[in-house]
Parts: sequence; C-alpha cells; structure tokens
Amino acid sequence: MTLRAPPLSAVHRRSDASFTDFGGWEMPVEFESIRIEHEAVRNEAGKFDVSHMGQITVAGPDAATLTQRLTTNDVTVLDPGEAHYAAITDEDGIMLDDTVVYRLPEGAADEFLFIPNAGHDGEMTERWLSERDGRGLDATVTNRTEEYAMLAVQGPDAPDLLAAETDVSLAALSRFEVADGTVAGIDSLIARTGYTGERGFEILCPPDGAEVVWDALECQPCGLGARDTLRLEMGFLLSGQEFHPVDEPRTPYEAGIGWTVALDTEFVGRDALEGVAAEGPEEKLIGIELIDRGVPRHGYDVTTPDGEPIGHVTSGTMSPTLGAPIALAYVPAAYAEPDESVRVVVRGEPKKARTRSTPFLDR
Amino acid sequence: MSFDVPDDLRYLESHEWVRVAGDTAEIGITAFAQDELGDVVFVELPEEGAELTAGEDFGVVESIKAVSDVYAPVSGTVTAVNDRLRDEPELLNEDPFGDGWMLEVEVADESETADLLSPDAYRDQIE
Repeated sequence: MTLRAPPLSAVHRRSDASFTDFGGWEMPVEFESIRIEHEAVRNEAGKFDVSHMGQITVAGPDAATLTQRLTTNDVTVLDPGEAHYAAITDEDGIMLDDTVVYRLPEGAADEFLFIPNAGHDGEMTERWLSERDGRGLDATVTNRTEEYAMLAVQGPDAPDLLAAETDVSLAALSRFEVADGTVAGIDSLIARTGYTGERGFEILCPPDGAEVVWDALECQPCGLGARDTLRLEMGFLLSGQEFHPVDEPRTPYEAGIGWTVALDTEFVGRDALEGVAAEGPEEKLIGIELIDRGVPRHGYDVTTPDGEPIGHVTSGTMSPTLGAPIALAYVPAAYAEPDESVRVVVRGEPKKARTRSTPFLDR
Repeated sequence: MSFDVPDDLRYLESHEWVRVAGDTAEIGITAFAQDELGDVVFVELPEEGAELTAGEDFGVVESIKAVSDVYAPVSGTVTAVNDRLRDEPELLNEDPFGDGWMLEVEVADESETADLLSPDAYRDQIE
C-alpha cells in the first residue's frame, strides 16, 4: 500500500525531518529532537503538521440527527462556532474512534465537521453514509481529508504568534470554539483545540496554502514523537493504543472519557453504555509513574507488589517535563485509585511503580 | 548528514564501537546510533566483573521513542562501567565516542578484533 503524504511533505524533507508510517500516512516524527520539541511547546511554542487527521463534513436537513446517532456526545448543545470531544462507538459501546465534532460557523457550506483519527476517514465516511441510508436521512456526507491541510500551533506563546498572522480575534475564541478567517492571507478555519494541554490552535486550510501558513508560524517544528509525549503527560487517549475495536476493545467509561457520553441522546451503543454506567466499568485507565528506573512501554504487564498480573500498559514514555517514567494502563477498578503500589514488568524485571490520576501535569 | 566515524576504532554492524589498547577495550555506541535513537533517557549496563561474549547483547539503551539492545564487539570481563550514564544518559547523545563510553573490558581473545568492521567499512554501511 502506498503511504499517504501530507501536503507539506517536501517542506519537511527540506527541514531534515525523520518520518514514520502512522495510520497509513508518512508523517514527520522528529525534526530536532523529541525533547527539544517537547520543551518548546511547554515553554514557548511549537507547530505540528497533523494533516493525517481526517476531515468529514455533514450537511443537509438531517446533518445533526445523523451526527447525533453516531457520536456519544450531544451535538444539539453546539451553537455555530462551537465544538466538543466525543467517542464513536459500536452497538456494544466499544470505541471505534474518538473525534472532535465542530458545528461550523454561520455561513459555512457544511453544518458539521468531524475529525476522525489518521486512516479512519474512509471507514467513518462509510459509517455515516450507511447510517444515513439505513434510516433514510437527508444529509450529505463528504470525506474532505484530501481537501485540507491541518496544522497545530501549541504552547504559551501560540496565541501571540497566531494573532500576528490572523484577522480572527483570538481573545474572543474560547476553548473548543472555531472561527473562519485568514492566516497569513490564507482562508482557514481556526479552532482553539489541541492535543498538548497547552494553549493553542488547530488550523484547517487548503493544501496549496499550507506552506504559507506553516512558514508564517515562526516557531519550533514538532513531529509525532513530541506530539505523543505531550499528550501522554496530559493522559489524552491515542487511537490504536488506549482503544482499538479488536486489540483493545474499550468503552468510553473504561477509557476515562465517560463525560463525553450523553446517555439522554439516542446513539449507536447507548443502551450498552447505559448498563456500563449503572454498574461501573470493571477496568479503568489509570496513570502510572515508575519509582524504579526504567521506561514503561506499550504491552508491558502491570502486577500487584506480589506479582499477580492485573493489567497492561497501553502507552508509556520518559516524561520530558517530569523527568520520570510515566504510563497509562488498564487495571481493575479496585486498583484505579491514586497511590496504589504496583509493579510494571520491564524485560522480565518487576519495577516499583505507583498509580496516579491524570493529567500527570497541572494544566 | 554525515556522522563522525573515528579512525582509531573498530565497529559492529549493530553500531557499537570498540577502542582496543593492549588487552583492554572501551565500548560504546556510535554517533549514527545515538542519532537514530534520539534522546537517550535510560541505559542498562552489566556490573563490573560481568562476562561479555562477542556478538551477544550486554545491555539496553532506551530513548524516548525506542528500546535497543547493545551488543558486545569483543569477549571479555567488565573492568569498569561508566556510572555517569546512570544520571546523565544524554551523554550518549552529546559525546558518544568520549564521555558517553559504556564499558571497559579486559579482552579475552585479541584475535576477535579481526572480525570487526574497519572505519571505512562502517562508514560504507551507514552512508
């Protein structure tokens, strides 16, 4: 299979980035070093090419009804220019994806835009079309992933950096709000969203304008490596790691995003999730910090101090900000409290660790 | 990008270097290796007195993004371990052929070094 490439691929190659295959896309993983990029975002600002994220629009009289049916959150509470986080679940309440659903500003051709994860755009478009046709709804669903570049600028200096290049009043843009305007003269959608825990924005623009926008945002280019360490410090989920329909089938309650589930709406998976909500999930995602030396990684076992297996690590790294090894792991609900003593088995060696609530950082 | 490949060392295809002086040898990983790994955050090494066997793994280097085994270029007994790597693993990134050295060993069989890559052969491999 040929890898999909973001519009800025050639620009990144000139910057001497290294690349990785992620969700079928060949994306920059590292420009300078993960640590330098990570620290730039925490202390100043960094920019990311996240064009591997999908863009699907939904328009027409039943756009809201259709999107409500397929996402866990309540889209009817969104005014134009507002967005929220949601899960996409199957009949059993198992997460297929997580997404941000935007209700686009007044005057936009499409009413809703949602952002599935890398490589999920085809499957999610099919899912929306199939639900539409099965229910005889009147909506137009369009996979616009190739029509957009998606860039993020994140960090304490991001508002000032972007303000110098846009006609949108960023001070008036609250978290999870979206506006249309220009960035460096390029027509864009500007959303106050991100995946780092820092102040910042995500920008959607046409592919042929991406280089102008990218160059105008003068700050450290960051790859998927730093994106991963930044999101992990915040305890944010990564599709394919913290949930996957086959390898890691989890409900939003297990994954710690029960707050995105609006049980008073009608969506695929609702009835199953109502049961989980009533009884509480058997397992939960928890933060873990290693006390011993070592780096927890995806798939490592988590045990009690006596060596009884209780779960496994879904993501782990050496936190550049804390200078400590951190991880996310699913464990039985009884262990999903802060300050439980556990072990993470690193290459056969049980390493002392303790459970922690997330985010790992105060933000 | 071209990487430093000092002429006074011998190399393994798996990117370790060895500096042999008489019957002692110093061992580390190359500039190319540290660049591939990225920010090194943890190094696991054997203790003094441990026996190394040429071609077998003796330790682990972890960067933020990857875990990598490290292989012994020669057989021998560990006579010194670079303890600074415990608290300053980034020395592997900053000075892989100097302060980032890993082990000193007493070489068991000097003829083994004949099997190692010359600087030119290693340069060809990474270019």
